Amino acid sequence: MSSVPSSAPLAPAADPALLRELAGLIVAELNLEVQPQDIAPEAPLYGEGLGLDSIDILELALVVSRRYGVRLRSDHEDNTVIFASLSNLARFIAQNRTK
Amino acid sequence: MTGIPLIGAAAPGETLAWRGAQPVSAAQYLADAAALAARLPARGHVLNACADRYGFAVGLAAALLRGQVTLLPPDHTPETVRRLREFAAQPYVLADEGTAPIDLPRIPVSAAHSPITGGFAVPRIPAANLCAIVFTSGSTGAPAPNPKHWGALTRDVRGALERWSIAPRQPAIVATVPPQHMYGFESSVLAALCGGGALCAERPFYPGDVCAALERVPRPRALVTTPFHLRALLEDAPRPPPLDLLLCATAPLDAGLAEQAEARCGAPLLEIYGSTETGQMATRRSARESEWRTLPGIRVSVRDGEAWAEGGHIEQPTRLGDVLEPLAEDRFLLRGRVADMVNVAGKRSSLAHLDAQLRAIAGVADGAFYMPDEDSGADVRRLAAFVVAPTLTRAALLAELRQRIDPAFLPRPLVLLERLPRAQTGKLPREALRALARAHVPPRR
Repeated sequence: MSSVPSSAPLAPAADPALLRELAGLIVAELNLEVQPQDIAPEAPLYGEGLGLDSIDILELALVVSRRYGVRLRSDHEDNTVIFASLSNLARFIAQNRTK
Repeated sequence: MTGIPLIGAAAPGETLAWRGAQPVSAAQYLADAAALAARLPARGHVLNACADRYGFAVGLAAALLRGQVTLLPPDHTPETVRRLREFAAQPYVLADEGTAPIDLPRIPVSAAHSPITGGFAVPRIPAANLCAIVFTSGSTGAPAPNPKHWGALTRDVRGALERWSIAPRQPAIVATVPPQHMYGFESSVLAALCGGGALCAERPFYPGDVCAALERVPRPRALVTTPFHLRALLEDAPRPPPLDLLLCATAPLDAGLAEQAEARCGAPLLEIYGSTETGQMATRRSARESEWRTLPGIRVSVRDGEAWAEGGHIEQPTRLGDVLEPLAEDRFLLRGRVADMVNVAGKRSSLAHLDAQLRAIAGVADGAFYMPDEDSGADVRRLAAFVVAPTLTRAALLAELRQRIDPAFLPRPLVLLERLPRAQTGKLPREALRALARAHVPPRR
């Protein structure tokens, strides 16, 4: 597994519209109790933080694949980095989306 | 020499495992197991937490060679590890790079192979040796031990392997389930040891990973999976790599999903029914039959409204957590779960156990978990919890629960109340919980 190096050309900030859209998708698809606007863009999605577990991450991977045409793989990106925060996920999708 | 061979391989060059695209021979496996066995402490109980399935299999053999018992608890939360320390003398962890920190002495399992020396001599393990203790969540808060002896375990797996004969022999076995849980333990690790195929070391997570893992190994290929992972694969992979056998367990599989899986993967799907207590005990071809056929010698019956299984490799008559309708001694239909049992995406626990964990938290005056409606296995439904804890915040409560139970069972929602609607007898009627759920749990999309 490789992690995204800190020098990777990530966009300086995630697109706010994509962030809002993703937060809404996550809350709706995973039946979470929080409001989309209450998900802090830099808070961890996994474990403590938003409290997602591996079941959610797999569900979320399906949503991301369906909606943005991005298929997640464990070996080409470190999913702990991708799912480290909503903004990381948004940046990853922005860079890799095919729809 | 008496005993049952550690591995079923007849020749040293037979492939017992795959690490990525690299085959590992039976002789190499025995060399790795012997080398690790020599490094184990003089005595102790083994918590085999290797994330790599090959490493796990090496650790299992090393423990067997040293006559040490492998402990397989339902999770590795700090509370579970604390209970293990109370239960077993001198527990230690077998760990690899993928193992999360566990508060026990740690023996590293190296990814490097050991040199093969001497001739090919397969060790034999006495059938009566205690091989593993597999824990269920229990009803009192303490994990309940289920002893597994080498003879019964190998009989269990050999019985199931006869059912694999609908597919070409000795497939490469890719599994989405961990080796530490009974189903993955039997259907990937022990299946390979018993000569049923070659285990693939990785545990692919995303559908893309599953496809890649399958493509790395030659046919015949078997995929050991769950309804939840199978649905994800079919949804995300338009053309899964050709398969020769699909195995599915942990929650009942819908016939439609089974049919779709067979058509898309080009392989027969064998569904397995079992439990941690009994091991695998019956199979069916879910795309074409709803009846389950028990493994050799196993009989099912219903006594006083409870379903029991005995005979065959089952070491003692066992009450089942499901509602069964026996059609004959060796055939039955599944009619749902006993009310206390819950299943979230294939992970099983009991409400009594979860309630005991919740109520053991300092500051929790009362509390109860509730399953709002059926989880179909493929389509996940989470638990709710109703809690009276005037001095605790929701965040603090969740953090405490996270130390005690598998994340799959963390409540969504967790509802804080002033009191629970207990009857005068102190009982919490299910109808009262249902009413609370109607009031507090939002309806499903």
